[in-house]
Amino acid sequence: MSVDILMPALSPTMEEGTLSKWLKKEGDKISSGDIIAEIETDKATMEVEAVDEGVLAKILVAEGTEGVKVNAVIAVLAEEGEDADSVEPKSNGAAAEDDSADADAAPVSKEEKPEAKPEKEEAPAAPVLSDPSIPEGTNFTDTTVRDALRDAMAEEMRRDETVFVMGEEVAEYQGAYKVTRELLQEFGARRVVDTPITEHGFAGLGVGAAFGGLKPIVEFMTFNFAMQAIDQIINSAAKTLYMSGGQMGCSIVFRGPNGAASRVGAQHSQDYASWYGHIPGLKVIAPYDAADAKGLLKAAIRDPNPVVFLEHELLYGTSFPVPDLDDHILPIGKAAVKRKGSDVTLVAYSRMVGFALQAAEELAEQGIDAEVIDLRSIRPLDTATIIESVKKTNRIVTCEEGWRFMGIGAEICASVVADAFDYLDAPPARVHQKDVPLPYAANLEAMSLPGVSDIVAAARKVCYVDQE
Amino acid sequence: MATKPKGAKKAPSKASKAELLEYYRAMLLIRRFEEKAGQLYGMGKIAGFCHLYIGQEAVVTGMQACLKDGDQVITGYRDHGHMLACGLDPNGVMAELTGRSGGLSKGKGGSMHMFSREKNFFGGHGIVGAQVPIGTGLAFANKYKGGDNVCLAYFGDGAANQGQVYEAFNMASLWDLPVVYVIENNQYAMGTSVARASAEVELFKRGISFEIEGEAVDGMDVLAVKEAGEKAVKYARSGKGPYILEMKTYRYRGHSMSDPAKYRKREEVDDIRSHHDPIEGLKAQIIEAGHATEDELKDIDKKIKGIVKDAADFSLESPEPDASELWTDVLREVEGA
Repeated sequence: MSVDILMPALSPTMEEGTLSKWLKKEGDKISSGDIIAEIETDKATMEVEAVDEGVLAKILVAEGTEGVKVNAVIAVLAEEGEDADSVEPKSNGAAAEDDSADADAAPVSKEEKPEAKPEKEEAPAAPVLSDPSIPEGTNFTDTTVRDALRDAMAEEMRRDETVFVMGEEVAEYQGAYKVTRELLQEFGARRVVDTPITEHGFAGLGVGAAFGGLKPIVEFMTFNFAMQAIDQIINSAAKTLYMSGGQMGCSIVFRGPNGAASRVGAQHSQDYASWYGHIPGLKVIAPYDAADAKGLLKAAIRDPNPVVFLEHELLYGTSFPVPDLDDHILPIGKAAVKRKGSDVTLVAYSRMVGFALQAAEELAEQGIDAEVIDLRSIRPLDTATIIESVKKTNRIVTCEEGWRFMGIGAEICASVVADAFDYLDAPPARVHQKDVPLPYAANLEAMSLPGVSDIVAAARKVCYVDQE
Repeated sequence: MATKPKGAKKAPSKASKAELLEYYRAMLLIRRFEEKAGQLYGMGKIAGFCHLYIGQEAVVTGMQACLKDGDQVITGYRDHGHMLACGLDPNGVMAELTGRSGGLSKGKGGSMHMFSREKNFFGGHGIVGAQVPIGTGLAFANKYKGGDNVCLAYFGDGAANQGQVYEAFNMASLWDLPVVYVIENNQYAMGTSVARASAEVELFKRGISFEIEGEAVDGMDVLAVKEAGEKAVKYARSGKGPYILEMKTYRYRGHSMSDPAKYRKREEVDDIRSHHDPIEGLKAQIIEAGHATEDELKDIDKKIKGIVKDAADFSLESPEPDASELWTDVLREVEGA
């Protein structure tokens, strides 16, 4: 019996990867544990070990192929005594069903990469209603959020010798999520500093370096781990300017992925926007697309205040158009209207912006014209833009990945009720994560996290489409 | 690894007359200042938490004498003495204690939160142990910039049990950062004695597993402090990395003004006061060496009482901060915005 070798999932968020190299060729004898291929995931280059023994009968995916889906059959192993020439893949891989039964049809190349499932992936679209600060006629280049963040750091490090980056695996490993890729090569170990696993310690050390006149970028592998360091972020970084009567500035950026990832469970999947948003003395940013990620990270690095910069792991690999400008920098504290509409205002930040844009498309098909606001900055919060929109639409739905209780949506709704009460035609609605620690099981996780359908339902409700 | 206790051996008096008199003056200023602060607290003029440094004066006085321009100092909340030793105006320190606009933080920081960019005093930190990674970060900045400045990071025997202290030790040693950790072991973390809180009571040994050299010092003898401090600062300045000095010292007053100090016997305090007082000890040495007479030292005392009285007067006359100050210094303005 022949055995199919499938494209393995080598990270929690990996859905596809590049088969960068075959280390065995057709006809080679393989023992379990042999390294047969190298695969590039969204995070790293990984080696694939054989599980079964036999002869590599057929390679179905040539090396160098990009976009190979997880579980696609990449090769077939003939067992001892079997005729290697006659084996066929059983095509029982999940991806094989999607694509084609024809084993010769190699996974799609980059150009033909199909649009991913709507509920799971973002809807980048053109630079709709891009920032007025971007001059007309500017060219755009599709860039992943990951690379936009990297470019922002590299540009600021070139510009200012006092900017340095520190954190776990930021240098030699090239970043746990590859966000600091190649910074070590360009700037050296003095300015790209690998730390031990010691969040409380290196956050405090970063604050001290900022007091000493440097501009640290402190990367947390995820913001879940920053809870170990939250005392230094709040008590030392945020409060000292005030406590010193204005003497002690602390120009520092704390950045890293925030919010849910993919099946990583309760301790690795929390949205901290409302936690940090609560603190005077901090600025808090949570961008959605790559252009904002770049422009706002550059602004954060130059800002003389401590800035908490909340990224989203599930957006790192998503490409968006980024303006080809030498110095694309955006003001902190300004929301962006991503889609104009007249019936209901959808306010979101980070990954929820993508869902809100998709929801707006669905609502449009149902005859509801939604306006989508990307907050971009949590603190300061651009309430003026929200209020202005609500005065036009008379309805609002807030969308956050975090919990409802004491959440960002609660703050926005309170502001809207206080400042635009007479304009509201319906009580504000909130879309949010269910009020439980994030479960691991796929079905429960999906039930817990807010998505497009929740936003559509909330929008229909505030528009009184669904009477109940 | 050369980690050795020095015990309480008498340091040889290599110091000049001028130095000895300066130490005497500096320690006496802290003592009289703190006594006055205690008095003002009792009168309700100083509020909140107020932690007095009385008894520990030799530590900061001796260490300060080892520093040069550009070196930094950071400590915890028992910080009035450190600020005076850094040369900060007693008026500004006292007016901060009374919460007035003339205070070093414009009245917005209070006893535990004072800073001076000008004098390289980086606080004044109210969270036990938080100053240790921050001080290590100041040392990181020193090394990054390529100078030879050193940071002194002070903390107590209580803070010595905080995890972040060891996170900082590890990085300081890993990266050879120019920082001297000065543990002011005054025997009690609030009401808990070192023996009741620490599995290893010789705190200078806490650096051993990080390959950090350390030694114990008689923190009640300013000359012993100075000698050990010179060695440690020279070590850090030369690029060899961090150094730990455990100052065996004692606070005469409670942990804070509201602490009745029932956890120790009156006789214990009296014994230290009568036999190990840092100021009385130095005074005896000065007189014995013929550097000054009892009367001349009394003159110094008088002058210091005058300085402290002026500080107290200033701190009570200075107006409360303007209401508009409520909203200032939360964030810095972005240049060009």
